[in-house]
Amino acid sequence: MAPITGRVPPLRAALNYLAVCVLVILVFWASLSIINVSLDFGFVARYATRIGDGFVLTVLISVCSMVASLVLGAVVAAGKSTRILPLRYACDLYVRVIRGTPLIMQIYLFFYIIGTAWGVDNRLVAGVMILSFFEGAYVAEILRGSLLSINETQIEAARSVGFTRVQTVRYIIGPQMVARTLPALTGQFASIIKDSSLLSLIAVIEITQTLREISATNFQLFEACLLMGALYLVLTLPIMLISSYFEKRLDYAS
Amino acid sequence: MRIALDRLSRSFDGREVLHSMDFDDEVSTLAIIGPSGGGKSTLLRIIGGLLVPSGGELSIDGRLVLFNERDLVPYRAGLGYVFQAGGLFHHLNARENIALPLRVVHGLSAEAATARAEELLARLGLAAEGDKKPVQLSGGMQQRIAIARAIAPGPQLLLLDEPTSALDPEYTSEVLDLIGALKAEGMRFIVVTHELGFARHACEKLAFLYEGSIWEYGPSEQLFQNPQTPELERFLSKLLEWRV
Ligand SMILES: Nc1ncnc2c1ncn2[C@@H]1O[C@H](COP(=O)(O)OP(=O)(O)OP(=O)(O)O)[C@@H](O)[C@H]1O
Ligand SMILES: [Mg+2]
Repeated sequence: MAPITGRVPPLRAALNYLAVCVLVILVFWASLSIINVSLDFGFVARYATRIGDGFVLTVLISVCSMVASLVLGAVVAAGKSTRILPLRYACDLYVRVIRGTPLIMQIYLFFYIIGTAWGVDNRLVAGVMILSFFEGAYVAEILRGSLLSINETQIEAARSVGFTRVQTVRYIIGPQMVARTLPALTGQFASIIKDSSLLSLIAVIEITQTLREISATNFQLFEACLLMGALYLVLTLPIMLISSYFEKRLDYAS
Repeated sequence: MRIALDRLSRSFDGREVLHSMDFDDEVSTLAIIGPSGGGKSTLLRIIGGLLVPSGGELSIDGRLVLFNERDLVPYRAGLGYVFQAGGLFHHLNARENIALPLRVVHGLSAEAATARAEELLARLGLAAEGDKKPVQLSGGMQQRIAIARAIAPGPQLLLLDEPTSALDPEYTSEVLDLIGALKAEGMRFIVVTHELGFARHACEKLAFLYEGSIWEYGPSEQLFQNPQTPELERFLSKLLEWRV
């Protein structure tokens, strides 16, 4: 099939998108009726405060981890091109190990061994640290990739007009890197929000853990799952939209 | 402007690409020609303060160029440099490409810098393109704007490294015409080029750079009519072989 090029007219796009959504919901509905399940969301009102608290905590953890992983990622991205070899290899090892192992293993390992050994017993603090450490490796790769993609001629041109090194970073490299990393970094933020759900494993009472606890008492697992999905989408969908907006807006580098 | 090279050399990874070059002359319009890999860009980048020589000295009007970053920054600001392609800042529109260095490097106010940029764009017939980013412009327009950016602060000397080599033939003449017009206004320049007609008729002097040495140097017309070495003769005849 020939790839679709050019823009689909907005109305046609919206109608087709809607049709796909309706289809997905229908299939899901049919599946529910085949296995004879009827949904009852009555518990939502009863547990509104707890659900609200869990939701807020998920947002809080995600925002803190985003900031911390940005700082860590920037340091590691710089460290990977330093001339101090032990530092360079430490950064390299960090990125490889973190990206090469599942988050669930890291959470258990860090929390029960390192956390216990060094006295980090606040689950929330430990959770943010673990998540930041995990996401930092991905952020480092995003930043490094865009740093490497900056064209040599751009830097040479900046020097040729008489910019100092600092001015070159401030007026040329910096803005070009922001433009190149912003779509990927916003996408990474969506990942952080989803990944934070695994902190339920060490009983951080964010939204996943809250809903797990509720469904353990009222046995309404399906409803809890659906609500969970909806709540995560409320956070991630707008972020994905922002990410693709940045992608279009800032798409000028050749 | 007097340009002097004294045993200037440059190596990359232990391989010498410019061999102990000597040169001393008054330069107003100079074309550098020569086969690929001969060291033309390397020499131009050293003269432009973008590359540090491995040995020897460069002086401009009797003043030694000191190749340390602190002295090079103002030195580069006093020259204009045009690259083969892609020298415009991708993230800035045409007007900002010209105005930003005027503000940041030359201390012009925002209004003065923008006015100067608008003036140059209008002169090039590009007044309508000021808001466009480089990708939205044709290669010929990009190069003309790159030239406008280079001359905006009124440099003493303009250095151009194959400014038309990446262009379609239809755009080549508009860029060469612009350089010709600048010459008529008294702009001094050194241009690396494969456009022999331009080198011959628009540039007073010609240097033939061959295997890292200035093989021949002199008035353009004279070198074209009367090449002294078989290397230059062969080079010229090869480039002129398919001329109509
Ligand atoms: N940064 C660099 N690192 C290593 N070698 C280099 C570098 N820059 C240039 N060289 C080498 O130096 C030699 C001269 O290169 P230069 O670019 O000056 O040639 P040129 O005459 O401009 O050629 P062209 O017509 O292809 O642009 C070439 O052999 C090239 O491979
Ligand atoms: Mg070259």
